[in-house]
Amino acid sequence: MLKFLLAFIPRAVTQGIPLMFGCVGETITEKSGNLNLGTAGIMYVGGICGVIGSFFYETKVGAQNMTAFLGITIPLVCCLVGSLLMGLIYCFLTVTLRANQNVTGLAMTTFGIGIGNFFGGSLIKITNSEVPSIVLNQTGKFFKTQLPFAKGLGWFGTIFCSYGFLAYVAIILAIIAAIILSRTRTGLSLRAVGENPGTADAAGINVTRYKYFATCLGAMVSGLGGLYFVMDYSSGIWANDAFGDRGWLAIALVIFTIWRPGHSIWASILFGGLYILHIFLPTGTELAVKELYKGIPYVVTIIVLIITSLRNKRENQPPGSLGLSYFREDR
Amino acid sequence: MDHKSPILELQHITKRFGDKVVANDDVSLNVYKGEILALLGENGSGKTTLMNMLSGIYFPDEGEIYVNGNLVSIRDPKDAFNLGIGMIHQHFKLVDVLTAAENIILGLKEKGGLNVKAAAERITEICQKYGFEVDPYQKIYEMSVSQKQTVEIVKVLYRGADLLILDEPTAVLTPQETDKLFAVLRNMKADGKSIIIITHKLHEVLDISDRVAILRKGKYICDYETKNVTAQELTDAMVGHAVTLNIDRPEPVDPKERIRIKDLTIRSIDGVVRLNHVSFTACSGEILGIAGIAGNGQKELLEAIAGLQPVETGSIAYVNDDGSEEELIGKDPLEIAEMGVSLSFVPEDRLGMGLVGSMDLSENMMLRSFRQGKGIFTDRKSPHKLAERVVEELEVNTPSVETPVRKLSGGNVQKVLVGREISSAPTVLLTAYAVRGLDINSSYTIYDLINRQKKAGVAVIYVGEDLDVLLELSDKILVLCGGEVSGIIDGRTATKNEVGLMMTKIGGGEADE
Repeated sequence: MLKFLLAFIPRAVTQGIPLMFGCVGETITEKSGNLNLGTAGIMYVGGICGVIGSFFYETKVGAQNMTAFLGITIPLVCCLVGSLLMGLIYCFLTVTLRANQNVTGLAMTTFGIGIGNFFGGSLIKITNSEVPSIVLNQTGKFFKTQLPFAKGLGWFGTIFCSYGFLAYVAIILAIIAAIILSRTRTGLSLRAVGENPGTADAAGINVTRYKYFATCLGAMVSGLGGLYFVMDYSSGIWANDAFGDRGWLAIALVIFTIWRPGHSIWASILFGGLYILHIFLPTGTELAVKELYKGIPYVVTIIVLIITSLRNKRENQPPGSLGLSYFREDR
Repeated sequence: MDHKSPILELQHITKRFGDKVVANDDVSLNVYKGEILALLGENGSGKTTLMNMLSGIYFPDEGEIYVNGNLVSIRDPKDAFNLGIGMIHQHFKLVDVLTAAENIILGLKEKGGLNVKAAAERITEICQKYGFEVDPYQKIYEMSVSQKQTVEIVKVLYRGADLLILDEPTAVLTPQETDKLFAVLRNMKADGKSIIIITHKLHEVLDISDRVAILRKGKYICDYETKNVTAQELTDAMVGHAVTLNIDRPEPVDPKERIRIKDLTIRSIDGVVRLNHVSFTACSGEILGIAGIAGNGQKELLEAIAGLQPVETGSIAYVNDDGSEEELIGKDPLEIAEMGVSLSFVPEDRLGMGLVGSMDLSENMMLRSFRQGKGIFTDRKSPHKLAERVVEELEVNTPSVETPVRKLSGGNVQKVLVGREISSAPTVLLTAYAVRGLDINSSYTIYDLINRQKKAGVAVIYVGEDLDVLLELSDKILVLCGGEVSGIIDGRTATKNEVGLMMTKIGGGEADE
């Protein structure tokens, strides 16, 4: 049993971390009343921007001359800038121009995935690689660096300490987001903006500023999920479309966690586990069954969506004005 | 008022919307320390616009505002707070899922972190000072309307307001709650706060205010010391010509049973009982008034009669002239409507049911008649004529019948809706909140319309919120409380207090709280 857990839990966690970034980012965004369905695209952009940054760094100086500091900072900054731009585009369209949030979000997803695959494909062309992927071994190593003492802690080390730093960043961000939302003035104002922007406006809160700020911050956090996926989970290997539909799972997780970033920690790991469950379930010789098992997270998502929509406690409802744009003169 | 030190002076305020609409035209007005000023005027006379300029929502095009003798410029709600002006809007500006305390400190930039506990203590302090009851930790969505209003008032006081503006605060309150509110307002006045109150109810103006200022069509007309003025004088000044204030109540002619409801029980989708074994009879040529605090089953009752609401048990019988009965439950709304049951439901947002905001007047008329066209084409001419007739007969103020309904003011929208329903010559007229938010003149037009229907032998079921009107208009009053019939009383002998008590407690009885 322990052996199974030692194999299963770390894989569930590494699967869950990108979801956690996406979920926390999207929760921050949605708390401001912006339903950013572009999260999936933003995570692609976050990933590819990191790849572009480290690709040029790695090819310029060569793997042996890279420093850990730059090897991490360059992709990190590239990723944050890329996702920030995506967040700004979304905000400009939905907050300033008051475009429909659903349509904009879906367009952002298509756009983001397109950007990812376009630049991914271009880089693959540049390297003249045999396989359709970009390999950034050294950067991957930097991102995967574990705590030095993890190896000596036995099962405890394997389950809790065997991850790259971004995994801990995700958990810390989730906790910080939870505290800010529930315990601070900023969080209170942000919640008010998402629930009832008219009221927030009358109370002297700058609705536009909060919406921009929360959405851009949320986009940056989501983007980190893409970066983690490429650099840590995939050990620095980018392949087009490898990220799959994790972005959508992250959005479903927001509902699953009823807009509470604190819950996203266990919920993402749970979903991460469901995502890889098919590897561990006995399938016998019938490979088709394995394919069916791969559908488990989606089935669970659907069931969860049904259950959450049945609950009618007011605290568990989405932010009141989620998906609606705010226009002062409307009132 | 002896102490003539104006806390607020408005001088030559003009506000225009677009080129044509002048909401306020050269209004000059003073408010003194420690007085309650009632602002009176018909719909569209610019009261709310004027007050919105004080609370920073609009900015005046011309004119000056002085607070405590200093010229000020109020550009947004924050400026208003800083000047000690607080407005309690008609539609509460509260976040439902937050607690009272969180709502009250929302947007404030106090020193230190978020300290709800300290805020709650200060809130309790304010409450004790003026006689409010607020639980700082209660969520807004669990509160009654009057509690929400209290939170709004505390919110304004918490921000240190010296001048409070209340926009139709009593529209949603029971008489008992209104009395409580007025007691609090008097306490605040005694504390030196100034209060501007907007209301349509004349008896409240006479009850609470020290001075009355009257606006008509955006212009300041005059002001009166309340103690020297009568309701009739106020109305005349407000409307600009003499108006009779009595609602007549003709004796019902030949009342016959028309709708007989027995043991009607209705549950909402989430299983809450909305109506509990309700039984009553509505007669032709009579107005049955339905009183009750909003949300006590009025809406469900009317919708059940119109066939829009699934019923759990009970029966709704339509009694024909020859005495035969037809069960309405199970019939679809179209069949019921064809039998002559007409629902002119005026929901809270007026346009929600009944009219389509972006369609014009004649198209809205067609919503009732679109099935009558020949072949696959609709008949557009007769609705157009009907629209023109309604506009003319009910004095609907509209640029043309091609104007989208949402561009009309509330009163005119209601006239259009009621006009259309009446035009189908119904035998049963269901109406809810038909005069909500209407000024006196428009309200009386609607009462008159309803009375005309009554005289024509229509069974009218009138859900209302203004008890004074219910008492003057209805032949019988059915009081709902928590989905149960609290009592059915004669409209001619009932008193307001009696009805008010029945609204809050089954069967009424002495208040023993």
